Amino acid sequence: MKKPEPVQVIKQRRDRALDALVSSVPYATFLGVRFDRRGDELTAVLTYDEKLIGNPMLPALHGGATAAFLELTATIELAWSRLWDDIEGGQIDADALTPERLPRLPKTIDFTVDYLRAGLPRDAYARARINRSGRRYASVHVEAWQDNRTRLFAQATGHLLMPTKDG
Amino acid sequence: MRTVARNLDARQPPTLSRCPLPLRSRKTRLAPSAPRRHDWRMTDVRAKVAQQFIEALPHCRALGMRVLSVGNGVAEIEMPYDTRFVGAPSTGVLHGGAGSTLLGPCGGAAVMSHPGSPSVTATLDLRIDYMRPATPGQTIRARAECYHITRSVAFVRADATDGDRETPVASAAGAFTVAEQ
Repeated sequence: MKKPEPVQVIKQRRDRALDALVSSVPYATFLGVRFDRRGDELTAVLTYDEKLIGNPMLPALHGGATAAFLELTATIELAWSRLWDDIEGGQIDADALTPERLPRLPKTIDFTVDYLRAGLPRDAYARARINRSGRRYASVHVEAWQDNRTRLFAQATGHLLMPTKDG
Repeated sequence: MRTVARNLDARQPPTLSRCPLPLRSRKTRLAPSAPRRHDWRMTDVRAKVAQQFIEALPHCRALGMRVLSVGNGVAEIEMPYDTRFVGAPSTGVLHGGAGSTLLGPCGGAAVMSHPGSPSVTATLDLRIDYMRPATPGQTIRARAECYHITRSVAFVRADATDGDRETPVASAAGAFTVAEQ
């Protein structure tokens, strides 16, 4: 029987692939979004910053920043789920993965955000669920919260166009 | 709910240096008996409040937004191209999220400037359709129109264009709250 790989090797390979994916989007860096990984599950974290504030008198997170955060979460989750299969299946070598060599990101067709309550001036979290992922189209739902996982401050549904293999 | 503006009348006046909005003067404040809907005297004040409001929002400033015009339920805002807002560096195309950040406040400003609207509004939902990638390097301009308003909800349509004004890069539809005064 083949000996399983050391845990650190697996972890590093997956984290490197995720890093390459997220760092390929400049807007994620601008907003200050990073991704926590537990196995294949991702949680997006929007680190609080003053430039994310919409109304300084409340103060509340800007709805546009919230929408961008949710959309990024949807896009990265979808790209990650494909990348995960390719890396685990050995089709893509994670060690050779650079931003230039990454598969292209899915394109958003439409995105609808529900603003459920004001975003507070602190970190926000989001998780995306892929409800359907076909060869061409995908439907993704995203939930975002701050202090309590059950008290969502925004949710969104979007349709995305999957990139073709030849770009 | 995402609050775009708030009613200042009910609060203690904040210090002017911290306050992005001009406090309504006594002259412009509506008397309790005055009709709220379609009071055209308020139009200029509303437009000014909406413009100053948008330009004071930290996130809108961070994205370099500029209000071109606002009034009578229509608002136009532009946002210059910036490599920091790019979604895919290989193409240089702006991230869609930057588009929602432009279309959202544009819709809010349209609602605030509508003659039948109070100065308080929050986004209930916003749907954005991405029709084509924006041409890299070009300024994005959004135009929003509040086409219907009831006592509790304002309905908004918006378009975003780049250098090619004929074919929009994105369009949006949203519902905003209308607070009781």
